[in-house]
Amino acid sequence: MYLTNEQEAILRGEEGWAKKKCLEIIVALGEIYGADRLIPVASTQISGVSYKTLGEYGLQWVESLAPAKVVVPSTLNPAGMDLGGWSEMGVPEDFAAKQMRVIRAYAKLGVTTLCSCTPYLAGFAPRFREHVAWSESSAVCFVNSYLGARTNREGGPSALASAITGLTANYGLHLDENRRPTAIVKVSAKLAGLSDYSALGYRLGKLLQQHIPYLRGLPTLGVDEAKALSAAAAASGNLALFHAEGFTPESEVSVGEVRERLHIDDKDLKGVYEELSTIRSGNIDLVAIGCPHSSLTELKAAAALLKGKKVSPATKLWFFTSLPVKVLAERLGFVDVIEGAGGKVFTDCCMIVAPLEQMGFTTMAVNSAKAALYAPTASKVEVVFTTFEKCIDIALEGRLR
Amino acid sequence: MKVIKCRRLSRGRAEGLSLFSPAPISFFGTIDPLTSEVIEKNHPLYGQKIADKILIYPTGRGSTVGSYILYGLSRRGLAPKAIIMKEAEPIVAVGAIMADIPLVDRPESFEFKSGLHIIVNADKGEIIIP
Repeated sequence: MYLTNEQEAILRGEEGWAKKKCLEIIVALGEIYGADRLIPVASTQISGVSYKTLGEYGLQWVESLAPAKVVVPSTLNPAGMDLGGWSEMGVPEDFAAKQMRVIRAYAKLGVTTLCSCTPYLAGFAPRFREHVAWSESSAVCFVNSYLGARTNREGGPSALASAITGLTANYGLHLDENRRPTAIVKVSAKLAGLSDYSALGYRLGKLLQQHIPYLRGLPTLGVDEAKALSAAAAASGNLALFHAEGFTPESEVSVGEVRERLHIDDKDLKGVYEELSTIRSGNIDLVAIGCPHSSLTELKAAAALLKGKKVSPATKLWFFTSLPVKVLAERLGFVDVIEGAGGKVFTDCCMIVAPLEQMGFTTMAVNSAKAALYAPTASKVEVVFTTFEKCIDIALEGRLR
Repeated sequence: MKVIKCRRLSRGRAEGLSLFSPAPISFFGTIDPLTSEVIEKNHPLYGQKIADKILIYPTGRGSTVGSYILYGLSRRGLAPKAIIMKEAEPIVAVGAIMADIPLVDRPESFEFKSGLHIIVNADKGEIIIP
């Protein structure tokens, strides 16, 4: 792999220990994947933020890099709690103390401590063909597919290494030839709401591991639909890029030579709801919306459904979003309506990376296939995957019928 | 003396006794981070500790948390002295660099066993069996 004189100097330690270690990480990944050189990145998004996933040694690694500073705009994945309202969530105090240590460690490196899986809804959106190093899998799929930016699916340490060095190795989805569609998927299933896009993403990921799908027949693909689809496809099949005819910026490519052809219909989608739900009826402790983090549109829709109603005392209705989106939702009155009905809007965290198992929850309803896939193992809860409207109904009734 | 050429992924030089696994290792799941013991049932190295060994195995697998587990082992003084793999993957490469453990892969030949006295000179891309 070609390295510039300046990069060689960093590897000799001339710009400090942290930068040397970080560049060693980037170079090793480049060697493994056969990169020809390193390229600059315009931003990074770093996973490994919840103390639940990062752990003590991950935290020590982040702390060890100070006093180095990130050299490009960098944000964080969700933390294990609302950084302000954690006690309202019922997060144990010792967890909260460790979580705040993680946040301080990243802040010390100059990271913008926006803790969100949807930084693109909060002012951090890469442009078309811009090289970035992002690690949250749903955001990776979203920015590659919907915005046409270029990132591999980074791990937490490699995204942090890119943040400190401003570099990544030139391989994988940074290269034109690896971004072409390899399978055509005809979607005839009726897509009614966001959970249907989530179910579609889940099915795509299951069917097409190692492929880049070219989707035909989508009725629409707005930011919210692309967000739901990306998250589920990345969770079920490591999908990092899809093209959608008429909607995504790189979809105007030739697909004449693509042999692999698939079809997804109503039955396939319905099957996802059944496959991911581990319970069919009974009490639901928690209805959790916001995987990925809720947009303003989703909070507006929730406020419309909850106006003048009351969430059952037998359950909790929690929305997860990013801090900037919550601030706007407060200004527009959505948060007042949701909280007036007994729901809560939390920021910085989500139902997967919060320590739900330490907070006494055993059953959860979600409208996200990704959350439904991860929750039973990540948080040891039984789960039902259903539509947004049904989730709100469950919260009002306190149980699933 | 036998010299085997290989590819350097994490710098350094180490000398010690080999621990050879014909099966893949995932640091998250296979290894107990508190003791360095192989805890995965049915694994060929089940019950053995990887601390202070020249750990040799074909490939890695599993969760990205594995990088931090390797780093954690080194903070506890329980890391292997060096790692030789047939084909490395990002999780172990990142973990080895964080932990300052020499790591090489793609050796000219992958004929090893446990209990050999081995020198890994990652800087030169060489495995030496004196």
